[in-house]
Amino acid sequence: MADVLEKEEKAKELLIDKQPKEPLLSKKNRKLLNDPLNDNNPITVQVLGICSALAITVKLYPALVMSISVLFVMAAGNVIVSLMRNFIPNRIRIIVQLVVVASLVALVDQVLKAFVYDVSKELSVFVGLIITNCIIMGRLEAFALGNTVWKSFLDGIGNAFGYAWILLAVAFFRELLGSGTLFGFQVIPNAWYLANGGFYSNNGFMLLPPMALITVGIIIWVQRARNTKLIEE
Amino acid sequence: MKALHQFIDNNVHPLFKEGKKLEKYWPVYDGFYTFLFTPGHTTDGKAHIRDGVDLKRTMNTVITALIPALLFGMWNVGYHHFNAIGVDATFFEQFLFGAIKVIPMVVVSYAVGLGIEFLFCVVKSHQIEEGYLVSGMLIPLIMPVDLPLWMLALSVAFAVIIGKEVFGGTGMNIFNPALLARAFAFFAYPTYMSGDKVWINTTGTEGMIAVDGFSGATALGEYATTGISQYSALDAFIGIIPGSVGETSVIAIMLGAGLLLFTGIASWRIMLSAVVGGVVMGLIFNAVAPFALSAEQQAFMAVPFWQQLVMGGFAFGVVYMATDPVSGSQTNTGKYVYGFLIGFLSIMIRVFNPAYPEGVMLAILFMNTMAPLVDHYVIQANIKKREQRLALKTVSV
Repeated sequence: MADVLEKEEKAKELLIDKQPKEPLLSKKNRKLLNDPLNDNNPITVQVLGICSALAITVKLYPALVMSISVLFVMAAGNVIVSLMRNFIPNRIRIIVQLVVVASLVALVDQVLKAFVYDVSKELSVFVGLIITNCIIMGRLEAFALGNTVWKSFLDGIGNAFGYAWILLAVAFFRELLGSGTLFGFQVIPNAWYLANGGFYSNNGFMLLPPMALITVGIIIWVQRARNTKLIEE
Repeated sequence: MKALHQFIDNNVHPLFKEGKKLEKYWPVYDGFYTFLFTPGHTTDGKAHIRDGVDLKRTMNTVITALIPALLFGMWNVGYHHFNAIGVDATFFEQFLFGAIKVIPMVVVSYAVGLGIEFLFCVVKSHQIEEGYLVSGMLIPLIMPVDLPLWMLALSVAFAVIIGKEVFGGTGMNIFNPALLARAFAFFAYPTYMSGDKVWINTTGTEGMIAVDGFSGATALGEYATTGISQYSALDAFIGIIPGSVGETSVIAIMLGAGLLLFTGIASWRIMLSAVVGGVVMGLIFNAVAPFALSAEQQAFMAVPFWQQLVMGGFAFGVVYMATDPVSGSQTNTGKYVYGFLIGFLSIMIRVFNPAYPEGVMLAILFMNTMAPLVDHYVIQANIKKREQRLALKTVSV
């Protein structure tokens, strides 16, 4: 029995090897990178990972750190799971994926604590919650388990960028309108503020989570107005 | 009038016809045209009976009902202004000062709101709906007089775009747009929407500052922070207390309510049950006041239940906002539940959370969200009842 299985495995590998080699960035592979940025964006189209998009987008800097963390976890997680995809018993695959992601997140958490402690404190529980970020589990389940290492890597990077640009866009508007700063630098001139005799005042609503949801909603609105094939019947 | 009508029909009308130069702006033209003249439209479907009271007439009635509150609000703004700076002024001076402060708010509200509506109608080539006519009047009346006009404009833009157009325009909104504008301003610019600095204008007259010992807090604000107020229940009933422009006078609001109820535009079920809800919560607070956690809260809880009804925006919210036919419950039983919970929650929020003295705003927005749920259960209960009746009949046969 074991013999037969082994032979089958070998036959499979041979089959895979016999496929014509495609260039590293073929049209198909580029699609893996580009699709999640727009047509198949994990946040605005698949509506995954909303929780962190609402929680950590008050300021740009934490959002950037979060994006980089997710980028690392997603790319590495996809690669590792893709490498193991032929050995993971189907029944316990979710547990295996969780272990992989959890170890990577623990690693990220330690690095953040060591090098950017203040941001790590600000992100608090949301670093740990990367483990349960639906985008990551979704990509592992839907892509890395059935595709080669390079493709899984591209898919991970693509989806992480798709997540990152929405996060940064939301954080940009929330920080600019809510605090008048970008990356902590004062952008709105101080003389404009009502307290200094001007006319302007920061919009406190932008600092509250509902406004993050509405900002994401507006991005979805703009995206669907530009790309009509996303509109459901 | 007839000459004007003919002139428009013959000379202006063709310009906006299909295929003509100004075709794109047909919604704008149509909006103004039907505002001036009763349109000669006929029904497309099988029903041929048309009610004379269409959306425009409904909206006009509500605006008429708002006039007492608007006029009183103008006077009240001036009265408190001259009172605060310690200057004697005649009735006319007080009214004039208030009008100069309030009319720009109304103009900005209409200009921004209608501008956005027209824009959306032209882009989507919809017919212009009249939904904003009432919201545009309500919004200035529920804002403090000292709110900078650009903040007002931004709130209006938010309410019209995110509150209404996103959902498909007039009649499709989940929330009452006017309250959404206030909620936006309240959370975005809390320092201009609450506290004791914003309700009375003290800077309008050159070189004048408020007299010593002057407090600009509203009656509710005073109760929430200290447990006592310098304003009596009668002051609050007449309306000579600081507050948002049009919300203070219960008498003026009752005049409006009378018109709305007489014409049947607003639902008496919602108004009645909201008042009952407020009374019930007020009575509960009166009963449990001895167990309050702090002395201030105890004093606030002990405020007689009938006095709770005349303070703050309760009356205004119940009469003009809760009865909004779009965002409220549609079924008759549902209206009782919806209204009751609005009254109940309003009083509860304002007493329990001193940071939100204006509980009625949050209560109505919350119940707007819940209205479809209430309706769903009412309808399901009715279906079940009829099914049972049917089952009984079939058994007996």
